[in-house]
Amino acid sequence: MSTRLPSHGRLIDRSAQVTFTFNGATMRGYAGDTLASALLANDRMMVGRSFKYHRPRGVVASGAEEPNALVGLGQGNRFEPNQRATTTELFDGLTAVSQNHWPSLDFDIGAVNTALARFLPAGFYYKMFIHPQPFWKHVYEPFIRKSAGLGRAPDSEARDADTYEHFHVQTDILVIGGGVAGLLAARNAALSGARVLLIEQTAHWGGRAPVDGGTVDGAPVDKFVEQIVSELETMANVTMRLRCMGAGVYDHGYALGYERLTDHDPDAPGPRHRLWRIRARRIVTATGAIERPLSFAGNDVPGVMLAGAMRDYVVNWGVAPGRRVVVATNNDDAYRTAITLKQAGVDVVRVLDARAAGGGALMEEARSLGIRVDPGRAIAKVSGGKRVKKVAICNQDGIGGAREDLSCDAVAMSGGWSPVVHLWSHCGGKLAWDEDRAHFRPDPDRPPLGADGRGFVVTAGAASGALALDAVLDDAAAAGKAAAKAAGHSPRRGKTPRGETTPEAAMEPVWLMPARADTPLRMKSWLDFQNDVKVSDVQLAAREGYESVEHTKRYTTLGMATDQGKLSNINGLAILADALEAEIPKVGTTTFRPPYTPISMGAIAGEARGEVFQPIRRTPMHDWHERNGADWEPVGHWRRPFTYLRPGETVHDAVNREVKNTRENLGLLDASTLGKLVVKGPDAGRFLDMMYTNMMSTLKVGKCRYGLMCSENGFLIDDGVVARIDEDTWLCHTTTGGAEHIHAHMEEWLQTEWWDWKVHVANLTEQYAQVAVVGPNARKVLETLGGMDLSKEALAFMEWKDGRIGEFDARVYRISFSGELSYEIAVPASKGQAFWDALIEAGRAFGVMPYGTECLHILRAEKGFIMIGDETDGTVIPQDLGLSWAISKKKEDFLGKRAQQRSHMTDPNRWKLVGLETVDGSVLPDGAYAVGEGVNANGQRNTVGRVTSTYHSANLGRGIAMGLVLNGPDRMGEVLEFPGTDGTVFKAKIVDPVVYDKDGEKQNV
Amino acid sequence: MRHYSAFAVAREALRHHTGWERAWRSPEPKRRYDVIIVGAGGHGLATAYYLGKNYGIQNVAVIEKGWLGGGNTGRNTTIIRSNYLQDPSAAIYEKSRSLYEHLSQDLNYNLMFSPRGVMMLAQTQNEVRGYKRTAHANALQGVTTEWISPQRVKELVPIINLDGPRYPVLGALWQARAGTARHDALAWGYARACSAMGMDIIQQCEVTGVRSDNGHVKGVETTRGPIDCDKLGIVVAGHSGVLAEMAGFRLPIESVALQALVSEPIKPCMDVVVMANTVHGYMSQSDKGEMVIGGGADGYNNYTQRGSFHHVEETVRALVETFPMISRLKMLRQWGGIVDMTGDRSPILSKTPLGGCFINCGWGTGGFKAIPGSGWGMAQLMATGHSPLTEAFTLDRFAEGRFIDESVAAGVAH
Repeated sequence: MSTRLPSHGRLIDRSAQVTFTFNGATMRGYAGDTLASALLANDRMMVGRSFKYHRPRGVVASGAEEPNALVGLGQGNRFEPNQRATTTELFDGLTAVSQNHWPSLDFDIGAVNTALARFLPAGFYYKMFIHPQPFWKHVYEPFIRKSAGLGRAPDSEARDADTYEHFHVQTDILVIGGGVAGLLAARNAALSGARVLLIEQTAHWGGRAPVDGGTVDGAPVDKFVEQIVSELETMANVTMRLRCMGAGVYDHGYALGYERLTDHDPDAPGPRHRLWRIRARRIVTATGAIERPLSFAGNDVPGVMLAGAMRDYVVNWGVAPGRRVVVATNNDDAYRTAITLKQAGVDVVRVLDARAAGGGALMEEARSLGIRVDPGRAIAKVSGGKRVKKVAICNQDGIGGAREDLSCDAVAMSGGWSPVVHLWSHCGGKLAWDEDRAHFRPDPDRPPLGADGRGFVVTAGAASGALALDAVLDDAAAAGKAAAKAAGHSPRRGKTPRGETTPEAAMEPVWLMPARADTPLRMKSWLDFQNDVKVSDVQLAAREGYESVEHTKRYTTLGMATDQGKLSNINGLAILADALEAEIPKVGTTTFRPPYTPISMGAIAGEARGEVFQPIRRTPMHDWHERNGADWEPVGHWRRPFTYLRPGETVHDAVNREVKNTRENLGLLDASTLGKLVVKGPDAGRFLDMMYTNMMSTLKVGKCRYGLMCSENGFLIDDGVVARIDEDTWLCHTTTGGAEHIHAHMEEWLQTEWWDWKVHVANLTEQYAQVAVVGPNARKVLETLGGMDLSKEALAFMEWKDGRIGEFDARVYRISFSGELSYEIAVPASKGQAFWDALIEAGRAFGVMPYGTECLHILRAEKGFIMIGDETDGTVIPQDLGLSWAISKKKEDFLGKRAQQRSHMTDPNRWKLVGLETVDGSVLPDGAYAVGEGVNANGQRNTVGRVTSTYHSANLGRGIAMGLVLNGPDRMGEVLEFPGTDGTVFKAKIVDPVVYDKDGEKQNV
Repeated sequence: MRHYSAFAVAREALRHHTGWERAWRSPEPKRRYDVIIVGAGGHGLATAYYLGKNYGIQNVAVIEKGWLGGGNTGRNTTIIRSNYLQDPSAAIYEKSRSLYEHLSQDLNYNLMFSPRGVMMLAQTQNEVRGYKRTAHANALQGVTTEWISPQRVKELVPIINLDGPRYPVLGALWQARAGTARHDALAWGYARACSAMGMDIIQQCEVTGVRSDNGHVKGVETTRGPIDCDKLGIVVAGHSGVLAEMAGFRLPIESVALQALVSEPIKPCMDVVVMANTVHGYMSQSDKGEMVIGGGADGYNNYTQRGSFHHVEETVRALVETFPMISRLKMLRQWGGIVDMTGDRSPILSKTPLGGCFINCGWGTGGFKAIPGSGWGMAQLMATGHSPLTEAFTLDRFAEGRFIDESVAAGVAH
């Protein structure tokens, strides 16, 4: 039985009782408890089920390494599966449910898998369920899927009730881990004057040293921790955070901290998690060590626990996980558990020390307390279903013939300690095998390298492989100083605190207990408790040739559970090495990947969700559009009105209305989203000659020219009107979606290729509001507003001029994308709404209506103007679009010129732009292909063209379309067939792309 | 080769599974082979398998620097689809997808091919138009796809948020016969079948040089000695440029890390694969219960197979917006793989300037789905000198400007 002790419990406050529920049952704990300690205090030994066999599972560890005690926490919009009970701080009202069972934790149908375990070894599913073929999808997989997964998914409509945020910080030194090593390293680093950020994943400073005992400079460890924490708190250059885990270390000193702000107090205001995005000159990992389980039969029965964890439960939380405990070990540290238990009044039935010679001083101390120690002995088997009932003991050096049964209700096991090397390894730090302690530790000669070719991570304390208190402090003191020095600061000399603790005798590696356990025992010796991987599974993988440690992992799923093998990996690879008759370091480890323990998706996403998921860019007239029926369309980060809906109107009707009105009266388009890049400098003309296919350097001041931009590969990437503002200034209009990447494209060439050219590029898109005033009444409305002369003589087509319109400073471009008389007028963004209002007001007399992007498209399609993204798709060159006239023949070079000389580009048989007119006047389906004769070598229908733009034209009363057709311009009048996806065949005639006002009379009035 | 079946597993269970033989042999390299394939990833092993199966060429070695299937075959997000726009792409991916349907039976190894359906969300008008165009193209290519409404999207994916304030879902391109498979099993299944045909799979053997005589390949230098061959296939995604340099030619390829991650396992909540290209992220749920999430490629060239964080942030942000309930799931693990990027984002399966030397590379971010089809076409090319599946994917196309650009469906915002 596991119970709360009357004594001990350094982390709990017995005066503050807390109520929580587990599977609906109300239980009590104390403030300072973890959910795991509180469950144990309530004698809840079994807390979950394993993944594959649905075996009963109990708490096995006390921290981040816990593989078993996973629960669903919270309710409704705060429900979260797979939370570790060992790292969940208890609070009043906490609700937890166990996972992976049906119908209940105690009675689980899935546990039948345990009985079938023999038929379900590692990788069984690769060998079964093969026939008949349709059965995998329809029978086997649905069954397997249903039984897989751990916790239940949050509700499908659940919207996380909490918020999250990111912090971006730079620091000289990041210290990860607030145990004695981290604290001392942080202090020594900070004394140099360096900025230090110290983070600790638990709610307490000091780590496990206070539990393990010993003294620092003659005083108890708790005292030392208290002193050094208060010293650090007074230092202005030190930032400290509890409940903040070092989650990952990345290139160039980049690291992630995962701070859990309100998990322990869900009603507190503010974000739940905060992701620290840290850039550090040097990182000190003081991440401690994790104890290894021992591999004996029945080591997965609830009540079998790591010895160090059992000590934690007694010392930290005043909980005894059993009344009669058997301890099994291969090292001296477990004796500390035996001694602690005994002193707390727990019956320590036996210590089974696998070492033939037993231990050192700690063993003697245990014996002196009356604890019986059996050297050379091992656990043959633990019996019990949902909790430990008895242990059969045997010789370690044997096959498992039982000598004696010991009745007990808990087992403490220790296979030695492994440094937490995850963060060291994330970014390429290499490991060395320590033969004496049988663990991998960071190899200080092969650290993760920064941009300067030097190591940027230093380890401190147990994370370096230094396990005894004196060694821990010496190592951490040096690490702090070394990090400060490497970060460019001068560490201060000073005395290193002296740690003292009982010396330990050497440990002996024990990878299997007993050493020559027979097959039935190995089939019951668990390596990975959550995923149900046993010693026999790893041996099977090796036998079948899955010899690489990565093959073994993937074949058996060893180390792939939510604890990512924190308990199982070293034991597993030792078994693999043994099976392969290879040395452990030769077998190596699998790759350590971020995060150290799982972090919430919410924290990764941060604040950016809902409306602010990506910033919405708004033109100065955005709100007016919103008020006037805008049917929005996302275009890049902007939204543009697709059309303006009037009450009762369909989208189709609204578009037709806008199209007719703009052709007949007056339309206004908010063109503010079009990119406006200013290119300026003595070399700007030369630069633009390289960027555009046209000659831009010869453009006269005051004139505009339609320009095309190609990629290096010759494909058309953007178009727009370029205006020459003065001798060394050009303004380049880009497409709405193109502004940022064309700006970046220009900068890339300037910075990497023509870095010595004197050119600046600035993106002024948002500095101007721009309105296209379009239609037969365009000039009239502007004249009504008064100001500059906009007559045909004063401002001819393809000219621009600065001046005043009404009360507004304006730059007027006489350009047209519709074929109508058209002015595009730029005013300062701050005046955009007022200018728009003035146009609407003055325009009433002239039938003004705003129009949206769909009307824009139709107007341009009627005129045969191409649209980037419609007629182009990254495979089209200007020559395909009848735009050869816009390609300078005089220039020596421009981006894309050489590419366009390649054989496929100059092939006369290319798909080229034409108009398409349906025989029956209907609208061609978007994206339809024109079919040719027969099929190609791969059995696909041959095609000869495709539709690139297709609309209903209200002006012409029928469908209009453009398309790319093989040798199209030479095939005028030919009728092509376009099958729809539903089998309907559309017939369309090849015609001229310009179907409205062919001679351009309307725009030149 | 011992046949795998439920009966075999049951029989072995009675003797504690002590009778299973090696899935593939671990031989010493011979002095000479008819064909050497460099790279025991999925594409290399599939090439070897179809050389043996379709052309009777079984004196083959597959040489691997590390462990078989350890590159991108074991690092991808296992999506299999063939709803490509351009004819040559649709041909090879559809061949591949159709081979996947019967591959478990063909190899006698359960690859868990799960044709659960893949949907590509349209969240802008441009995407709507792009995917409708793809649907038209697919109909003529013999690839069954369908444009579906937002309501149908919601029926198929109950956890999706159709009405996000930024990018509401406007519909999707749906390929019902697309899906996922167990990636490692593909490499293992091919390796086992190749080994059973007598081919040698030589792991832990790095090629250090390519030997040639008079413009024709003669063999390779390796860390385990020289090995002769008549024909050489280079199939080493991520390091293609390095091998090409040994063979004396250059490739139009950049190598970048592609990022992926998984959540902790949860009970089934999503039965199909969803790709959201506007916001950029894709997600499916593995049979183990993890949400498998693919993100973007790092913005800089490198060879380190590590995770970086910036793309993970973007991807997770996009997916939390698309599937709000995942906000309270946790990221279990992130990783990166090095992918070959060509100028047109399409692969290269081609003869090379060195006689008898062939290359298969440049699969970019989408190679896993292509493995069986790629191996089929590559084997045909190596055995006969020509394959309709590979003929558009030559190395020459970059010199000719004959690009096969698949990014076009995404288009450009206007």
